[in-house]
Amino acid sequence: MYLGKVIGRVVCTVKNDTLAAKKLLLVKRLPDGPCVVAIDAVGAGASETVYVCRGREAAFAFAGQEVPTEATIVAIVDEIQKAQ
Amino acid sequence: MIIARVVGTVIATQKQEAHEGKKILLLQPLNPEGQPFGDVVVGLDAVDAGLGDRVLVVQEGFSAMTSVGHTDSPIDAAVIGVVDEVDLA
Repeated sequence: MYLGKVIGRVVCTVKNDTLAAKKLLLVKRLPDGPCVVAIDAVGAGASETVYVCRGREAAFAFAGQEVPTEATIVAIVDEIQKAQ
Repeated sequence: MIIARVVGTVIATQKQEAHEGKKILLLQPLNPEGQPFGDVVVGLDAVDAGLGDRVLVVQEGFSAMTSVGHTDSPIDAAVIGVVDEVDLA
């Protein structure tokens, strides 16, 4: 998993049926990584810091559905406590 | 698996159920000499590691899920050991 910031939203009218009603968000990996499109599983929104699960495991966020995702937002970060 | 340094703790109220009650750690990958390299990753703690610890991290789903006791969950990285020592040949 990795930290990211939500920088935008992607809208697709034509898409896989299992993606219906799922929010597609553009997430930039922190501190200065690439952008990916991730499916939101926790109600994240613009400018929020989140962490993203990648790979096959990303689909487990949607129990009971076979969602074709390789990146899912699994938590909204409130705070980061860093070591000195 | 990789060796990493725990550089932070992540607090998240809104998260996947499988992540509830687990410590969420920010992990800086280290090279064999102990120098940081690459981007920080987020992993769930399975061994009660703390800030500043040098730890062993799995970055593969099945191992990560089983180590924290949640199969079929969106977990792709977990801390599965605290490193005492690395001996380079």
